[in-house]
Amino acid sequence: MTTETVGSVEASDSGPTSTGSRTTMILGIITLISLGVLVLFGLILSPADANQGEAVRIMYVHVPSATLSYVGCFLTAIGSVVYLWRKSRWWELVAYAGAEVAALFTALTLATGMLWGRPTWGVFWVWDARLTSEAMLMLLLLGYLAVRRLAADYEVRAKRAAIVGLLLVPNVFIVRQSVQWWRTLHQTPTLSLSGAEIQGLMLFSLFTGFVSITLVFIWMVIHRFRVAWLEEQVDAEGLDTAIAERRAEGLVS
Amino acid sequence: MNSCPAVTIMLSDAWLIARKDLKLEIRSRVALNQVIPFALLVLVLFAFALDPDRGLLEKATPGLYWIAVLFSGLLAMQRSFAVEAADGVTDALRLSGLTPSGIYLGKTLSVAVQLLVLEVLLGVGVAVLYGTSITGWLLLLATIVVATAAISTAGTLFGVVAAGLRVRETLLPLLLLPVLAPVLIGSTRAFEAALSGTPSEGWPWVGLMSVFAAVYVVAGIFGFGPLMEES
Repeated sequence: MTTETVGSVEASDSGPTSTGSRTTMILGIITLISLGVLVLFGLILSPADANQGEAVRIMYVHVPSATLSYVGCFLTAIGSVVYLWRKSRWWELVAYAGAEVAALFTALTLATGMLWGRPTWGVFWVWDARLTSEAMLMLLLLGYLAVRRLAADYEVRAKRAAIVGLLLVPNVFIVRQSVQWWRTLHQTPTLSLSGAEIQGLMLFSLFTGFVSITLVFIWMVIHRFRVAWLEEQVDAEGLDTAIAERRAEGLVS
Repeated sequence: MNSCPAVTIMLSDAWLIARKDLKLEIRSRVALNQVIPFALLVLVLFAFALDPDRGLLEKATPGLYWIAVLFSGLLAMQRSFAVEAADGVTDALRLSGLTPSGIYLGKTLSVAVQLLVLEVLLGVGVAVLYGTSITGWLLLLATIVVATAAISTAGTLFGVVAAGLRVRETLLPLLLLPVLAPVLIGSTRAFEAALSGTPSEGWPWVGLMSVFAAVYVVAGIFGFGPLMEES
């Protein structure tokens, strides 16, 4: 059963042959430089906030990673749709790479948010609408990854994961909406670009954060995709070799 | 509505499957002998954990009630697909020529009926054991109906995602419970509104859960076929 699917891959799609390429190496160097710029502006040049103190610097990583965790989910949903529609193995792996990186960024968002919450609110966790919906997003992504990593046939695994990945977006929306009206514990929005409190160097640092974290995201998705692609190639090749060996054994005896 | 033959076929298939599953439940008595006692057990455990004398139980009734429904409902949903797993019934079901969307609706219906029975019993349970005084009947009933629809539509769809896998018992709760979180919030809030005598606050939640159920019915009708192909 597996051999059929494996055989059709190489004919239909052409993919990367290694994890690195000239373009991504340049992208990686730019990413590193931008991270250096972020460190410079975020930790050194930008001032401490009047209310939040030094903790405000966490925002330069926190806000972009939260945004990119949503981007990752959308990527997964898009990849899942195209997989279900065209049976494209390439897009299935894009969905997988997107979900894994999205899970990482969601975790990063939660972790940085908690580190920020402790000095600012006095507690690590508040049952706030944003925190709760982000935590739910994390759990949904873990569910997707659990399905994607099932020990089952590729077709079974990919199709089921794609359905779960597709449902990620309405779920995120429903969870976000439902917790918005939840209880009155809701904190006032603390981090918003529209707020007049972010100006000058702080605004520029946040912008730098967006650029460099986005670059990290892109770099990671590309590389995760390539590793996943090559993994599948190795699996397919291993299987082909094994089958050839068995055939040879059969001929000899 | 019945003018479209595809819809008629789907609904009659659904009716067949629902009747089959419910007959199976009535005859095997697993729901009666295991799922319902488990649900009541959860209620009693909450009472042990939260010390009945402090009045906490009555205050927390809506939340505890729906947690109990979710946990025991999970058992019913797992069973709904476990009965198909044995003896290659899944293949037989696929070969039977029934429409996948009909199978989905039928399974949803049978799970919903089981959940309704469970909810009525748990309702009696909280009224008796927790001493909760029941008010706002209309809202309570509407919440129960809509939340049941939401839980069973999503549960059946994710049930087939997990079906036929060795890890299904552990996978289904992981997939389903985060998805059902909005339903838990909505139903709990609606119950709180009904029990505290302010039903007008509860109706928007009923609306939210109807939207949720509608999303999953559509997703299930279209997604069940591809998922059944290789379970």
